[in-house]
Amino acid sequence: MIRVENLHKYFGELEVLRGINTNVKKGEVVCVIGPSGSGKSTFLRCLNLLEMPTKGEIYIEGLSITDPKNDVNKLRQRMGMVFQQFNLFPHMTAVENLTLAPIKLKGLSDREAREKAVGLLEKVGLSDKADVYPAQLSGGQKQRVAIARALAMDPDIMLFDEPTSALDPEMVGEVLEVMKQLAQEGMTMVVVTHEMGFAREVGDRILFMDEGIIAEEGTPDVIFNNAQNDRTKAFLSKVL
Amino acid sequence: MERAAEILSQYYPYLLNGLKITVLVTLVSGALGTAIGLVLALMRLSRVTPFKFLVNTHLYKRNNKFIVGLAHFNPLSFIARIYIEVIRGTPTMVQLVIFAFIIFVNSDSRFMIASVAFGINSGAYVAELIRAGIQAVDKGQMEAGRSLGLSYGMTMRYVIIPQAVKNILPALANEFIVLLKETSIVGVIGLDDLVRAGNIIRSRTYDAYVPLLTVAAIYLCMTLTLSNLLARFERRLRKSD
Ligand SMILES: Nc1ncnc2c1ncn2[C@@H]1O[C@H](COP(=O)(O)OP(=O)(O)OP(=O)(O)O)[C@@H](O)[C@H]1O
Ligand SMILES: [Mg+2]
Repeated sequence: MIRVENLHKYFGELEVLRGINTNVKKGEVVCVIGPSGSGKSTFLRCLNLLEMPTKGEIYIEGLSITDPKNDVNKLRQRMGMVFQQFNLFPHMTAVENLTLAPIKLKGLSDREAREKAVGLLEKVGLSDKADVYPAQLSGGQKQRVAIARALAMDPDIMLFDEPTSALDPEMVGEVLEVMKQLAQEGMTMVVVTHEMGFAREVGDRILFMDEGIIAEEGTPDVIFNNAQNDRTKAFLSKVL
Repeated sequence: MERAAEILSQYYPYLLNGLKITVLVTLVSGALGTAIGLVLALMRLSRVTPFKFLVNTHLYKRNNKFIVGLAHFNPLSFIARIYIEVIRGTPTMVQLVIFAFIIFVNSDSRFMIASVAFGINSGAYVAELIRAGIQAVDKGQMEAGRSLGLSYGMTMRYVIIPQAVKNILPALANEFIVLLKETSIVGVIGLDDLVRAGNIIRSRTYDAYVPLLTVAAIYLCMTLTLSNLLARFERRLRKSD
């Protein structure tokens, strides 16, 4: 579903990604872990072109996303993204956050979009918050709305960049629960996270990134119980 | 006190007429400035790069400074920047006399000259304030919009601008208050505004206190009223988010 070949990214002189190669299969949940500054966010943001790769190829279902012939906006519609800082639209209610893109991009009527949005809010446990503005929601609730907003475009892939890092500890669980449910429904997911419990339980595969490369990858069992790379071991001994 | 009442009752039509001119110049130049400022801000934020094709050349790939600069060169933004720098870098008074005695030397509508000069002047400030208002919107908002598949233009229109307006409106109202005071120099090109009316009364009555303090009081009343309204308006804006 996603194929990444020799992906490099420079910010000016700084080489942040130094040749990433990986595949994500349909329905797979890939968790990306690694120390701060190792390029996890940059990698994720390259997948939907929020960052432009300097070199290398990314294919989404065989389509090269860096090819100028392919419509970036169409591509992004198939990939939902959830941010650490939620990035909800503060001037819109929860339901309006969810309906904006489907109305403008998929031509849904206001009523259709709203019905669908209410269904999604129900799914993330927030049916009573449909007409509330983000400022009146807790962090965990905001992030669940943000997940629902991404789902409203019916994406094939969901990208998460540390979705629980900005949350108070007591709200982490409710967000991870929603993500877990999504994984069980067969969503293809790439999740950058510091929640090792989640990675171990929900991840099909773990990528350990260090200094701009995937230093080691494998099933949770291999990575967490039987890592080969010294850096992986050092990192895990610090976070576990 | 009696003397004051006497002067004012005799000469108040001058003051009224001056007040009318001050207010009208402010309104017309404020409207003009807002329109110009909006256009300039859009030019600064535009993404017009006519030499983009240079990206595919060898010199670009070899990081030739000139070619890289040219490839990303935005002429609209450049023109807007020059405009803003020139206007903000020269005194308003100088601009006003240039307009009156060089550019529009053949025109005899001083009202028009003053309004255009202040409109052009205010446009530069308004442009920066609009740009600042747009840039103050969190970067994550644009990313969230784009990640949903919305185009740059759509994200601007439905996500960024509505939030920016809340930043811009109070600053714009403040610009009107500034303008109201700044226009007090239009007397130098012979327009009978509030200040000039005060001066005329002074020379006729040989009394400086009454007319000039009255003029100051009128300005103060207007600015206090406006900033009061503005404060209330800001409070309402804040409540809505
Ligand atoms: N827009 C940018 N401009 C310049 N440098 C950047 C930019 N974005 C990221 N970097 C740099 O790239 C490196 C990798 O950043 P990135 O955000 O991908 O790391 P990360 O693994 O997500 O770290 P964290 O766990 O702290 O989120 C860092 O050194 C960062 O300073
Ligand atoms: Mg990060």
